[in-house]
Order: sequence, then C-alpha cells, then structure tokens
Amino acid sequence: MITRIFFMVGRRALAFLSELGGILLMFFQSMAWTFTPPFRLRNLIKQMEFIGVKSLFIVVLTGVFSGMVLALQSYHGFRKFGGESLMGGIVALSLAREMGPVMTALMVNARAGSAIAAELGTMRVTEQIDALQMMAINPVQYLVVPRIWAGVLMLPLLTAINILVGIIGGYFVGVILLKINPGVFMDKMINMIELSDLVQGIVKSVFFGLILTLIGCYKGYNTYGGAEGVGRATTEAVVISSVCILIGTYVLTSLLF
Amino acid sequence: MIRLINIHKSFRSQQVLRDLSLTIPSGQTTVIIGRSGGGKSVLLKHIMGLIRPDSGEIWIDDQEINQLKQRDLYRVRKRFGMLFQEGALFDSMSVGENVAFPIREHKKMTHLELEKAVSEKLALVGLSGIEKKMPSELSGGMRKRVALARAMALDPDIMLFDEPTTGLDPILTAAIDHLIIETQKRFQMTCVVISHDIQSVFRIAHNIVMLFEGKIIEGGTPEVFRQSTNKMVQDFLLGQYSENSV
Repeated sequence: MITRIFFMVGRRALAFLSELGGILLMFFQSMAWTFTPPFRLRNLIKQMEFIGVKSLFIVVLTGVFSGMVLALQSYHGFRKFGGESLMGGIVALSLAREMGPVMTALMVNARAGSAIAAELGTMRVTEQIDALQMMAINPVQYLVVPRIWAGVLMLPLLTAINILVGIIGGYFVGVILLKINPGVFMDKMINMIELSDLVQGIVKSVFFGLILTLIGCYKGYNTYGGAEGVGRATTEAVVISSVCILIGTYVLTSLLF
Repeated sequence: MIRLINIHKSFRSQQVLRDLSLTIPSGQTTVIIGRSGGGKSVLLKHIMGLIRPDSGEIWIDDQEINQLKQRDLYRVRKRFGMLFQEGALFDSMSVGENVAFPIREHKKMTHLELEKAVSEKLALVGLSGIEKKMPSELSGGMRKRVALARAMALDPDIMLFDEPTTGLDPILTAAIDHLIIETQKRFQMTCVVISHDIQSVFRIAHNIVMLFEGKIIEGGTPEVFRQSTNKMVQDFLLGQYSENSV
C-alpha cells in the first residue's frame, strides 16, 4: 500500500518535472531561435494582429464591466464609513495593479491561448509540423517564436487599454450613476495612483503574455492522439495557463513590489 | 544511395526496429511493405532524420545524418521531398501558397518567377489553375497531388512517400502510381515508398523490402518477391490469414 502511494506520488512528480523541463526547453529554444536568421517579421505581425487586435473587443468589454462593478462594490463598502470619495482612487489602483493585467491575461488566454494550442495541436496530428521539418524549416522558429513575442508585446498594450476603459467604466458608475463629484473622483484617483502602480501592472502583463503563449505553444506542439488529443491539449493549455497567471500575480507582487 | 546499418529503435519497452540494415539504391523506386504497426513509418522518419536511432548508422550518400548538426541536417533535408499520408497541406494557406512555401523559404525568386514555378509544379501533377483554392475545398486525391507538387517544389533528388494511395479509389490510385512512375523516370529520383496496396507496389517498385517485427525478412526485385518461399511474404501478397502472420 505504502509502496503504491510512493509510486503514484513519484510518477506524478516525474511527470510534472518532465512537463516543466519541456516548457523551459521550449522557452530557451525560442530565445535562441529569436536571434537566428531568417527573421520572420510577417509572421510576428500576423500573430500580433491575432493575439492583440482581435482580442481588443473582449478586453475592452471586460475592462469596462470590471471598472463598473469595482466602482459599485467599493461604493457600497466605503459608504458604511463615509469614504465614498476614495472610490476613484481605489478603482484605478485595483485596475492598475491587479485587475487589469489579470483580467486581460485570462481573457486573452481563453481566446488566443486556446487557439494557439488547438492550431499547433492540429498541425502536429495532421503532420504539418513534420512537413515543416522536412522542408528544412525549424518549427520552433517558424511557429513558436512569433507567437511568444506577439504575446509579450501585445499583452502590455491590451492591459493598458483594459485599465483605461476600466477607469472610464468606474467613472461612469461613480460620477454619472452614483452622483459622486467628478472633481473628487479624479482628484483621489490622481493622488492615490503612482507611476510604479502602472509599471507593476505592465510588468506583470509581460510575464502573463509569455506564460500564456509559451504554455499554449508547448501543449499544442506536443499534442498526440488525434482529435481527442487536440481537445485535451487545448483544455490543459487554458487550465494550466490560468492557474499559472493567478499564482504568478501573487508571486510577482510579493517578490518584485 | 541511402544506407541504414544495424538500426535499433525502441519506444519505452517496445522494440520497433531490431538490428535493421537496408540499402536503398539511387535512381530507383524502393517500396517498403509490412503489416500495420510493423515499424515502416518509424523507418521512414529515421531516413528523414526526424527520429534518431538508439544505435546504428544512417548514411545519405557520404553523410552519416546522426552525426550532423541541425544546420547541416537541414541542408541534407533540402534534398528530400516527402508526401505525407494525408498530404499535410497547411490549412491556413491556399494551394498556390502551399506549393510556393518551400521555394519562398529557400530560393530567391521574383514574384513572377515564383508564380511560374508554382504553376509548373501544379501542371506536373495535372492540377493547373487551382492556385487560389484552399486545401479544404479539394478532394482527397487532389490534396495528395497538391502535396506531391509541394514536395517536388525544390526539385529533390530523394522522394519519400508515406502510403500515397491509402484511402483512394482504384482509378485515383492508378493515377497517383502513374505520377510516381513518371516523376521518378523524368527526374531520375530515388523514391522510397511505404505501401500496403499490393497492386500498386508491383506497378511502381524496382525493389521491394518487407518489414516484419522491426526486421527485414525479404528483399529484392518484384520478380524475386513473387517467387519468395517465405510464408509471411506469401500471406501478405495474397492477403491471406494464417496463424503465423498474426
């Protein structure tokens, strides 16, 4: 019985370490191939459009409602001790430091991270990745590098937009619906938020961009087992990335700031 | 010439290739036959350098590909063309873009020259004028022919075919066989074909080898093969079931 437990724990631990090793290996390979010609700028731009531009709508939508609900909740909380005027500052601070980068990353992960895993997974099971290798084209350089850089470059931009529209949403609820003085709202916001808060959010988003594209690529690239395998890879990519984003935001906040 | 010397390959506890040695002559078509799961595709992937053997050597002319660095291996791979079982066309690209892809990656050409090269390759497989179509709009046979055009885009001197006629009707099978024979003759290519289709095998092969449980159990010209006394070979050729062949 005890041997079986050790066996199971050991097997799980080995599987985890092998997965982690695979992800790290793909990361280092991608970094090495980034600086090896030919540089495929067109692929990068295509991926930036897919990950960035095409995620804009969902990021704006979730940003507006995050700001609105944040304003509404903080209003009800602060009203209990007459601190409604702090609402603008709290909304901006929460969005810049935490909500903006995390919500953006989760949304982009759901939309683009899953699509990356599914696309690369399909390419793997239909031998399209083997075909690339047979044409003397390195699949990591051709498929993974542009996706990772697109994620790293576009997530900060999307996060900035998410924070901005979140503040607009919060302003709408606070000033228009709940009749807080606009001057007070803006004043508290400007006083409470510092440049370092925004930097914190943006730095986090760079890491999140790397995490969601790297895991999506890794899972897709190593897919096996036909259509079922593609489905499994996609689910695993989204779940693992989401968990890593949530753990990552805690670790980054406690380590870096 | 392609030479495989004493190749061993296992996946975990399963031994797929056992001390396999094989010589594939240049400028001829060699067909590898054998039962499903017998290691044929693994063998083909060793020749391409996609899988490295546990032990043994693989020589492409005077180069041992297991010793090559990735950059040199890619240089060798430019000499190869490969027709995958399902074509492996890139879904996100049109037919024209698929055929143009390897040329664009490895050769410097003007847009007009590239267009001309693509239409020439498509004409070669009897599919002129479909450059704008997407792979999803094509039938199985057309996809394979487009894949063949793409495989020949860099004018390879070694062509590998992984079950080129599986899933095709007899007329399309004959058409693909005809294409293999014609292109092999015309460009004097070395062709390595994996096939289960016995009629097709005898139509295209200069040499046949049979793989069973990771070993070559018979090899020679189609005539030698027909007269083989090996029970396994005869069962396979006649498509008959016996206790030994399972």
